[in-house]
Amino acid sequence: MLRPSTSLPRRGQGPLWRNPTVRALIIQAVLFLILAIFIGYLVHNTLNNLEARGIQTGFGFLEGRAGFSIPQSLIDYTSDSSYGATFVVGLLNTLLVSALGIVAATLIGFAVGIARLSSNWLLARLATIYVEIFRNIPLLVQILFWYYAVLRALPSPRDSLSLFDLFFFNVRGVVMPDPQPLAGFSATLWALLIAVVATLLFARFAKRRQAATGQALPVYWIGAAVVIGVPLIVFVVSGAPLAWTLPELRGFNFRGGINILPELVALWLALSIYTAAFIAEIVRSGILSVSHGQTEAARSLSLPGSITLRKIVIPQAMRVIVPQMTSQYLNLIKNSSLATAIGYPDLVAVFAGTTLNQTGQAIEIIAMTMAVYLVISLTVSFLMNLYNARTLLKER
Amino acid sequence: MRHKNKSLSLLSAAALTALAASQAQAATLDNVKSNGEFKCGVSTGLTGFSSPDENGKWTGIDVEVCRAIAAAVLGDPTKVVFAPLTAKERFTALQSGEIDVLSRNTTWTATRDNSLGLNFTGVNFYDGQGFLVRKDLGIKSTKELDGASICVQAGTTTELNMADYFKANDMQFQQVAFDTSDQTAQGFDSGRCDVLTSDSSQLAALRLQLADPSSVEILPERISKEPLGPVVRQGDDQWFDIVKWTLFAMLDAEELGVTSQNVDQMRDNPPNPDVARLLGKDGNFGEQMGISNDWAYNIVKMVGNYGEMFDRTVGKDSPMGLERGINALWNQGGIQYAPPVR
Repeated sequence: MLRPSTSLPRRGQGPLWRNPTVRALIIQAVLFLILAIFIGYLVHNTLNNLEARGIQTGFGFLEGRAGFSIPQSLIDYTSDSSYGATFVVGLLNTLLVSALGIVAATLIGFAVGIARLSSNWLLARLATIYVEIFRNIPLLVQILFWYYAVLRALPSPRDSLSLFDLFFFNVRGVVMPDPQPLAGFSATLWALLIAVVATLLFARFAKRRQAATGQALPVYWIGAAVVIGVPLIVFVVSGAPLAWTLPELRGFNFRGGINILPELVALWLALSIYTAAFIAEIVRSGILSVSHGQTEAARSLSLPGSITLRKIVIPQAMRVIVPQMTSQYLNLIKNSSLATAIGYPDLVAVFAGTTLNQTGQAIEIIAMTMAVYLVISLTVSFLMNLYNARTLLKER
Repeated sequence: MRHKNKSLSLLSAAALTALAASQAQAATLDNVKSNGEFKCGVSTGLTGFSSPDENGKWTGIDVEVCRAIAAAVLGDPTKVVFAPLTAKERFTALQSGEIDVLSRNTTWTATRDNSLGLNFTGVNFYDGQGFLVRKDLGIKSTKELDGASICVQAGTTTELNMADYFKANDMQFQQVAFDTSDQTAQGFDSGRCDVLTSDSSQLAALRLQLADPSSVEILPERISKEPLGPVVRQGDDQWFDIVKWTLFAMLDAEELGVTSQNVDQMRDNPPNPDVARLLGKDGNFGEQMGISNDWAYNIVKMVGNYGEMFDRTVGKDSPMGLERGINALWNQGGIQYAPPVR
């Protein structure tokens, strides 16, 4: 490192450019100035070119009427909504498929990663085959496979596969009853909140009790019972205040109920299964990074295998796993933009695709889209780093 | 570089080279002449309009417009580089100078003409939006489409017209939007949607790609006007005129009875002054645009007149077999009409 250090003998009255501190400052300032002018010129030039070619600029278009329909939106959206609304709809759809994908990929990835190290020969081989197949096929091919080869093989709406006449599976996706909360449903939500808080407090108590007495309580079972049971009882006692809109076949399609698009299912499956293969390898490497002495020590205490894995191996493996997991999550979020290949209405398809094409505001829209992915990625990265800091080896 | 200032001198030569590419290209004609070819944006594959045949040669009415421009400007219809573009890519490709002409079944609308920095040069095909359904649904009118799933190509005027039409008629629909017309047709074929919507000429083309073309029909209603034509960048009037008059020359040639068969004979012995002016025997109409005087002769000789082009690509001599309909000349019951060369 060529840094001016206080231990260097200071020159007395030398010329300024001989002074390393001043010289460094000047070089930095000149470089910064050149960069600023360069960027300024780029912006200026672009604006001039846009004006010279008669292309409108600015973000005013966001208030214009979109005029096109979007098959899935988590907020109220009609063709009368604004282009700004198409941005929100696309963003929420991207976040939805990313969140679903991250949860599923993590679950599958952990299961497969652990299975790969299992002493059960068949299980370990199956896990290896899974990883090698799904890691080595391009994601786009997998998305198209799930969409065209698997989901398109389902029957037409009239010949839907049905489950208790409540759930219907067909080429248009999954249709299921839609719950509409009535007055009094909030009691159930409050009960759920209270149950979760109570469980968390109970878990803390159990941990302290175990530290003090060595006796473990079945926290998971009791917690699960409370979180599911209490709201259920409140729900029944308050008279089941939910109105279910049942799907029924009328005309072309099912009316009523919630329709889960096959595009969402295909994208979700492909993203989860593909990313899970990488996560499995990360989990495996994390587990292998834990010194075998730890497992042996646990065995010599005659701890059962599941507790060894859960309380000794995985907590130590997490230190290796978490940072790599962050990049997999980021990859998954960015890969969700492949949605456009099968017509899932994500941010890229709806906003950077259709809206861009209808308005022609390429620069603004691409800039907004890039900013969104940057913000999402930085947020995920930040949260994962927080978690990483907590799982780091604490030296005392 | 109209906005030079002192700060420019600070920029390195490398940076200037990079920026030069983003400067407005005022003289497309000069570029085309010095390159000896020009770039034409077409669709990624739509029978009758622009699609590569089994030998990889592009065919279709939009493709022939590109060839006619090459014949007019360079005297050689093969000097065209075709750039296949999806609906979503097309305008950016033209704005950024990646292509010189967009000839890709693109509807002329106010927004596109006024705020995208583009100029529509004319109409090479008058179309209207229609709906394609399977016959076994027993539907006879678009008014019966309430609740249908509809496959459509993303980022088209079709999407907008459909939303407006269903709203105006107080009907519901579920839209399934795909990137290319191929994917859209595939979506319809596999049962993902009940209905396929597009310009009716495209429906006629897409129908040929379906597993069983006879099991489907196009509903009679047309819910929009879709004037399709070539587009150029705004701000280059000379190039704009050349593309516009290439189209007009093909129409005038048909009106005057000049075909690729008789064009030599017509030029040597013009039957009337109109033909003499069109084929460069009288006046300097080509030179006025900065190209050679036999521009129209080259177009008709090398590509043909409008009627020949229509019949060969989408009309009676093609697999699509469309009627001339409103695309007939103004004196034959249609609305195709070109200003005279004089």
